[in-house]
Amino acid sequence: MMALHQEHTVAEPAGGLMPSGPDYHDQVVSRRRKGRAWATVFQAAVLVGIIALCALLLNILNQSFGYVAIVNNIDPAELTVDDVPLNRLPKEKLVEILEANISAGLMRRYEHDRPFAERSRENVHALILERVVEPKVQATWGLFDSIFARGSVFAEAEERFPGSDVNFRSWLTTSFISNSQSSEPLRAGVRTAILGSLWVVAITILFSFPIGVGAAIYLEEYARKERLLNRLIQTNINNLAGVPSIIYGMLGLAIFVRILEGFTSGAFLGIGDQSTANGRTIISAGMTLGLLILPLIIINGQEAIRAVPSSLRQAGFGLGATHWQVIWHHVLPSAMPGVLTGTILAVSRAIGETAPLVVVGASTFIALDPSGPFSKFTVLPIQIYQWTSRPQDEFRNLAAAAILVLLILLLSLNASAVLLRNRFDRSQAGA
Amino acid sequence: MTVAIERPSQAQSEASRTSSSPSGTGRYAIEADKMSVHYGNFCAVRDVDMKVPTNKITAIIGPSGCGKSTVLRCFNRMNDLISSARVEGEVLFQGQNIYDDEVDPVEVRRRIGMVFQKPNPFPKTIFENVAWGTRINGFRGDMDEMVEKALQSAALWDEVKDKLQQSALGLSGGQQQRLCIARAIAVEPEIILMDEPASALDPIATLRIEDLMKELSVKYTIIVVTHNMQQAARTSDFTAFFSVDDKRTGNLIEFDDTEKIFTNPSQKSTEDYITGRFG
Amino acid sequence: MSRSAPLAQAAVSAETMRGPVAGGDRKGETALGGGPQMDLRRKPRVAETLIQGFLFLCGAISVLTTLGIVYVLGRESLLFFANEEVNLLKFFGGTEWQPAIGRFGIWPLVTATFMASMVAMVVALPIGLCIAIYLSEYAPRRTRNILKPILEVLAGIPTVVYGYFALTLMTPLLRGIFGRDLVEIYNTASAGIVIGILVIPLVSSMSEDALRAVPNTLRQASYGLGATRLETAVRIVLPAALSGVAAAFIVAISRAIGETMIVAIAAGAGPNFTFSPFRAAETMTGHIVRISGGDLSYDSIDYNSIFAIGLLLFLLTLSLNALSQWIVRRFREEYE
Ligand SMILES: Nc1ncnc2c1ncn2[C@@H]1O[C@H](COP(=O)(O)OP(=O)(O)OP(=O)(O)O)[C@@H](O)[C@H]1O
Ligand SMILES: [Mg+2]
Repeated sequence: MMALHQEHTVAEPAGGLMPSGPDYHDQVVSRRRKGRAWATVFQAAVLVGIIALCALLLNILNQSFGYVAIVNNIDPAELTVDDVPLNRLPKEKLVEILEANISAGLMRRYEHDRPFAERSRENVHALILERVVEPKVQATWGLFDSIFARGSVFAEAEERFPGSDVNFRSWLTTSFISNSQSSEPLRAGVRTAILGSLWVVAITILFSFPIGVGAAIYLEEYARKERLLNRLIQTNINNLAGVPSIIYGMLGLAIFVRILEGFTSGAFLGIGDQSTANGRTIISAGMTLGLLILPLIIINGQEAIRAVPSSLRQAGFGLGATHWQVIWHHVLPSAMPGVLTGTILAVSRAIGETAPLVVVGASTFIALDPSGPFSKFTVLPIQIYQWTSRPQDEFRNLAAAAILVLLILLLSLNASAVLLRNRFDRSQAGA
Repeated sequence: MTVAIERPSQAQSEASRTSSSPSGTGRYAIEADKMSVHYGNFCAVRDVDMKVPTNKITAIIGPSGCGKSTVLRCFNRMNDLISSARVEGEVLFQGQNIYDDEVDPVEVRRRIGMVFQKPNPFPKTIFENVAWGTRINGFRGDMDEMVEKALQSAALWDEVKDKLQQSALGLSGGQQQRLCIARAIAVEPEIILMDEPASALDPIATLRIEDLMKELSVKYTIIVVTHNMQQAARTSDFTAFFSVDDKRTGNLIEFDDTEKIFTNPSQKSTEDYITGRFG
Repeated sequence: MSRSAPLAQAAVSAETMRGPVAGGDRKGETALGGGPQMDLRRKPRVAETLIQGFLFLCGAISVLTTLGIVYVLGRESLLFFANEEVNLLKFFGGTEWQPAIGRFGIWPLVTATFMASMVAMVVALPIGLCIAIYLSEYAPRRTRNILKPILEVLAGIPTVVYGYFALTLMTPLLRGIFGRDLVEIYNTASAGIVIGILVIPLVSSMSEDALRAVPNTLRQASYGLGATRLETAVRIVLPAALSGVAAAFIVAISRAIGETMIVAIAAGAGPNFTFSPFRAAETMTGHIVRISGGDLSYDSIDYNSIFAIGLLLFLLTLSLNALSQWIVRRFREEYE
C-alpha cells in the first residue's frame, strides 16, 4: 500500500511490494473476517439498545401484575350473616356490621360527614373493607414469578405469612385510575395525578404554543438574518434547548413561585387555597414547563415554516396580499401539520418531566382534585417518583402501574399526532 | 410602421423615433428609467430604460442569467422579497415611481399581477384560488359571478365549472397555469407579468396559453419573459432583447417592434441570438 | 400584417376597458375600487404592525428566559457567597457538603456527577457510535426504517421511568453480579448505566446524521481501491464525520451531567466524597431535587446554595453545548 504513495513512475506492476497471488488472497480473507466480526459487533450494539428497551418495558409489566399476600384484620368470611357473604348483604346489614366493629365516635363522624341513610350500599361496603377488614399487603411478587414459579410463591407465602390470602392482583385497575391518592396501597389511585397532569399540560400548551409559533414565524418570515439582534435570538434559542430541565425548575421557583406569587397563588383574584397561599400552583408549573418546551416548539416550527415552498408565498404576494395575509392564509396552513407534530412531541416531553416540577414545588401528598389553575398540584411523574422512593414493595408496584398509565397516555398522544397530521394532509389536498 | 419605443442607446433611438402612436396618458403602462438591480455586490442588470406600451404584449428575450426575471420582478416590487436585492433608478407606473418611499408594494402588486414559471396554485379549491385574492383586497360583490368571469377570461370555465369545489392541485399543469392566470386577473390588475408561463407545459397547453395572452391583451398590458423565439414572434407586439456583458451584468440591447426585431434587428448581437449564433 | 389596427383599438380600450374583469362596461369604476387614476400611497396598516410587534415579542421571550436564568442563578448565588459561612475557596476547595454544620464544599457533588456521567459515557459512546455506523453504513433501508422509530421510543420515555428501571432492575442486577457487599442499594454505577441507555439514541442519531452527511463519492473512492466495508466505514467515513461525532459526544456528556431523575432515584440521597461507583453518592442535580423537594424557606442558606449549584451546572452544560456547536461550525466544511 505504501509503495503506491512513494512511486510516481509506473514501474513493473507492484514490483513485488504489493502482495499478490495466494498471499493476497489470504490477506483479503483475513480482512473480510475482521469485517464480518465488526459487523457483528455493530449489530450487537443495536441489539443492546433493543434489549434495554424490552427490559425496561418488561420490568414494568412484571411489577404491575402478580401475586400479593394479604392479611386481613378480620376475615370477611367471619362477617357473613346467615351464610350470606359480605359482598351480597343488603345495606342495612352492612351498617349493622360496621356499627358492631368500629368505635361509636368514628361512627358518629361518618354519620356527620354524610348520613348513612344517604350513603349507597357500595359506600358502606367500602367502609367495612377499610375499617373492619383492614387488608394489609404483606408481600408482592412479580408477574414472571407468578407465572413461572407459582409453586414457590405459594410455598414462600405459606412459610413467611401463614394465614395470608394469596391472590393474583393487577395493580392497574379501573379503580386505580379513578381513586385518589391514599397512604393505603390497596386503595391508592392516580386520579389526582392524572387531573393534575392534564391541568398542567393545558396551561403549558396555552402558554407555549402561541408564543412558540409566533416566535417561529417571526424568525422565519420577518427577521432579517443580518441583524445582530435576530442572530442573537436564534443562537439563544438553540442554546436554551440544551439547558438541563432542572434549571428551568429553579427559574420557575424564583420567578413564578416567588416573585410572581401574588399572581400564581391566585391571591389577586382572592381565590386559591388561602391557608397555604403560595405560588406552588398549577399555573406556575404550567408556565415553567411552557418555558422548557418553548425552544423545541420554536425550532420545530421554524423547520415546518421553512419547508413551505416559496412559490406559495410569491403567489400570495403577487395578488397584492400583505405579508400577514400570506402567512395566515397560506404559510401557516401548509406548515401546520409540521408545527403540530413538533408541538405534540414537545408536549410529550412536558408530560414526562419530573425534576423541574419537584423544584417548583409539586405537593408531596394531595388527595384533593385540582380545581383550577391556582390549586396545589401533583402530576403523574411526581406520583411515580414518590412511590418509587418508598422502600416498600407494594409502592413500587403502584409506581409501575402509574408508569403504565403514563406510557399509555404518551402513546395515545403520539398516535393522535399521527392521526391529526394525516387528517390535516387530506383536508389540505381535498377541500 | 413603428411605434415609439425608448431604447438604451441614444443613437439608435434617434433613428427609430418616428412616431405614429396615439398620444395621451395611456400610452405607456409602465416605464423603467435608468433602472439597475444589485444582488448584494453583484450587479444583475444595469441602466434599463424601457417604456412598455399599454394593452400590448411585450416579450422579453435573452440568454439565461441576463436578468429577465429580475427586470420582471422589479415591475411589481417582487424583488422586495429577496433581502439582498437592491433596485436603483425609477419605475414609473401611471406617473408614479413605484419605488417611492410612500408607495405601498402591496398596492402595487394588486395593480400589477404576476404569473410564475411553474404553476403555483394554492392548495385550496379551484373556487378559493380565484376568490382569495379578491377577498383579501376587499371585494364586496357577487363572488360566484366574479369567479365565473375570471375563469371565463382565462378560458378555463368550461373545463372546471363542475368541479369548482375540488382541489386545484388535481388539475393538469396547463389548467393549473390558466387557473393562476384567472387568479391574477380576478384582482383586476392593469398589467400582467408572466415569467416563462408556458415553459413547464406541453405544446398544446402552450398554444392555449398563447391564445389566452392574445385575448387578454385587449384589456391588459402583458409583459412576458420567454426562452421560446417562436413564442415571442407569434404572440408579442414588442420584443425587448437583453444580453450580458463580460461582468455577467444584464443590459437591454434592443427594444422594438417584434417584427423588426425578428426580421431586421439593428444590433448585431440581437441578430446572433435570434438566429442561434449566440455565444 | 398591419399593426395600426390593434393600436387604435388599444388607444380606445385604454380609456374604457381598463379594470373590469370580463368585458365589463363599468367605465373605470371597478368593484375593487381604484379607477384610472389610482392612489398607490402607503396605507397605514395598524393591525399588520401590531402583529409584527407581537411576533417579535414572542421571539424576544426566549432571550428574556436566558436573562431570567442568568439573573436568578446569579442573584441567589451572590447571596449565597455573601454569607459569612461560605466563600469561593471553601466552595471549590472543600470535600464535604454538610449544610447543617455549615460545610459547603462542592466536590462530593461534583465527583458523584462526574462518576455517573463517566459510567454513562462508557455505555453510551461505544454503543451509540456502533449503532450509528450500523445504521448509516450497513443497515438496508428497511431495517433502518424499523430501527429508528424504536430508538426514538427509547428517547421518548420519561426519565422518571428510567429512574425506576435503574432502581428496580439495574441495581439488583449489579448486586447480583458484583455481590451485595460491594454494591450498595443506591449507587452511581446503576444510575450511570441507565443514563447511558437514555443518551444512546441521542449519540446514535446525531452521529448517524454526521456519517450520512459524508459524500458518497468518498465511499466509492474507497471501495474503488479495494477497501472492505469495514475499512471504508472506519477509516474513511468516520474520520470525515469526526467533527459531527465529537459534537454528538459532547452534547451527550452535557445531557448526562444535567440528568436529574435517574440519579435522584437511584444514586443516593446524601453527599458522599467517594470514587467508588458502587457506593451511594449524591450528584449536583440529585441534591437540588432533594433539597427543593422539602419545604424550603426562601433566603435560607439551603435555598441559596442550590442556586449556586445550579449556576455551576448551567455554566458547565452551556459551555459544553457551545463547544459542540463550535466544533460543528469550525470543522464543517473540511470534507465538502
Ligand atoms: N435571489 C438572488 N440572489 C442573488 N443573485 C440572484 C438572485 N436571483 C438572480 N440572481 C442573479 O441575477 C442574475 C439574473 O438572474 P435572473 O433570474 O433574472 O436571470 P434570467 O434571465 O431570468 O435567467 P433564466 O432565463 O435562466 O430564467 C443571475 O446572474 C443570477 O445569478
Ligand atoms: Mg428567469
